[in-house]
Amino acid sequence: MERINHRSVMLFLLCVLPLIMLVYLSVGPSWIVPWRLFSLLGDNANIEPTVIREATIVSAIRLPRVLMAAFVGACLACCGAAMQGLFRNPLADPSLIGVSSGASAGASFVIVFGAVWLDSSQVLGLSMVSIGAVAGAVVAVFLVYKLATDGYGTSVITMLLSGVAISAVASALNSMFSYFADSEMLRRINVWEMGNLDGANWERVAMIAVVAAVLLWRLPKHALALNAFLLGESEARYLGINVDWVKKELVLLTALAVGISVVISGNIAFVGLVVPHILRGFIGPDHRYLLPSCALAGAMLLIVADMIARTVIAPAELPAGILTSLVGAPVFFYLLVKSKSLNNPERL
Amino acid sequence: MTLKLHSVSAVISSDISLIDIELEVEAGGVTAVIGPNGAGKTSLLRAICSDLILSGGVIKLNDKATSQWDAQSKAKLLAILPQRSSLEFPFTVVEVVTMGRIPHSTSNIQNRDIVNKALALVDCNHLAARSFINLSGGEKQRVQLARVAAQVWDAVDGGERCLILDEPTASLDLAHQEMVVRMFEFFAAQGVAILVVLHDLNLAAKCANQILVLKDGHSAAIGTPEAVLTEAMLKEVFSISAKVISNPVNGKPMVVT
Repeated sequence: MERINHRSVMLFLLCVLPLIMLVYLSVGPSWIVPWRLFSLLGDNANIEPTVIREATIVSAIRLPRVLMAAFVGACLACCGAAMQGLFRNPLADPSLIGVSSGASAGASFVIVFGAVWLDSSQVLGLSMVSIGAVAGAVVAVFLVYKLATDGYGTSVITMLLSGVAISAVASALNSMFSYFADSEMLRRINVWEMGNLDGANWERVAMIAVVAAVLLWRLPKHALALNAFLLGESEARYLGINVDWVKKELVLLTALAVGISVVISGNIAFVGLVVPHILRGFIGPDHRYLLPSCALAGAMLLIVADMIARTVIAPAELPAGILTSLVGAPVFFYLLVKSKSLNNPERL
Repeated sequence: MTLKLHSVSAVISSDISLIDIELEVEAGGVTAVIGPNGAGKTSLLRAICSDLILSGGVIKLNDKATSQWDAQSKAKLLAILPQRSSLEFPFTVVEVVTMGRIPHSTSNIQNRDIVNKALALVDCNHLAARSFINLSGGEKQRVQLARVAAQVWDAVDGGERCLILDEPTASLDLAHQEMVVRMFEFFAAQGVAILVVLHDLNLAAKCANQILVLKDGHSAAIGTPEAVLTEAMLKEVFSISAKVISNPVNGKPMVVT
């Protein structure tokens, strides 16, 4: 495919993202025309019931949700790109290689045993659960990396099988934890099973915003290292890159972002696979441009997916994760068929 | 001395090790490493690149042990071309070669200039905008050669440069094997030390001023091509009965079977 200048692509994404957010704020069971949004948010003096109702819908429901979708989408897409660089394989997606499952198992563990050990029936706060999720994600990335990667690259089959194994372990743990859990815990554990943005509130937006800021600050610093990684791990070392240090930081950053995403919105699959894949087709694999573009496009994809998810069968809602999977699964099949290393017996 | 190995030993696997390797590669010198399959040639290079942990001895780059160098300063002086490449992402040829400039803090304009010259050196200018993954095996090898050439293109402060290549001619046609010989001459003339693993003994005789013969992980012979390439050595190390005659073109020893 012919490449498009990365500046044009980023400029396009930068212009379209705010427009899509405006549309998101307008669309829903009660339609609010876009040009009224600003006056609704700015005007606190108006006490007309319809105005107050609409202002509440926008500021308490739609605005946090669209921001959460944007930050989660940006995090997942960037993590996908970073993991694909780390694994030197376009199939490495946080949900496919078991990182999301690891995070959900870690979160369930904390919810159930945290309550048991601390001998308190009250459910632990979001921060403790997040620590569990991030720890679970770190263990998962680390395991898959150790199992599937050698000096020459990543075995696709081992990587995907490790993902299957970790997901199986995680779901077994989840079932076991569910057995011990009371009904409030059960409700919270079930949230991880399907990716959904309906739990949006300002506390969660703040959490994921901080994570996204850390991710977008640290990841681009390793853009050249990620490029060199694609040549091979040894080649990156020969180019003067402190490979072990970069690897550790990438594992921690991706685990942090995926873990927190799972805690606040569940397992939203395939965003990290689809977005980097499509963007590489347009602007090439150079991480200096790929990472920021992924952040913008990932945000856009998840906003659009959630917009469709909450309007298509209104007033009921679909989980946004179902929609991203519907888009992502065919891309995954395509990449799997195309995967050179899969067809190369040497790399199995 | 640009590169110096003193009684280097390392464990490769349970049944083979590198034992007591002595080697000096001087600035502007070309040293070829030859030996049968599994003799430890690639492992020797991996030991020099710190990919293999030494069980004894020391490897010095510009009189400083390789383990003492910080990664980036070392990468400015020492470029390594591995035997196989595993790049499966659609970088263009120019992007791949430009990665050779990662350790340097030269400007984009300088880098572009160096990349163009490196591509010209390996006869790849016409491929510049092509996607690396669609190239043939030989073209990929030439592009990777250009990448390591770009990495040590200019003299830098901190010492003499060194180029290490593992079978760079493996998938090249005859004309491009000649091109590699010219590339060695080009860099040797600038004082770059070159260490290269080769399978073609006659090519080794042609381009190297020193040949190291490895057998079962130890050094079986080292010296000038004339001193090393003998019928007795070929019999002992490669188990072949071959004649060594004088190459009518360049006067170097030539192995005929």
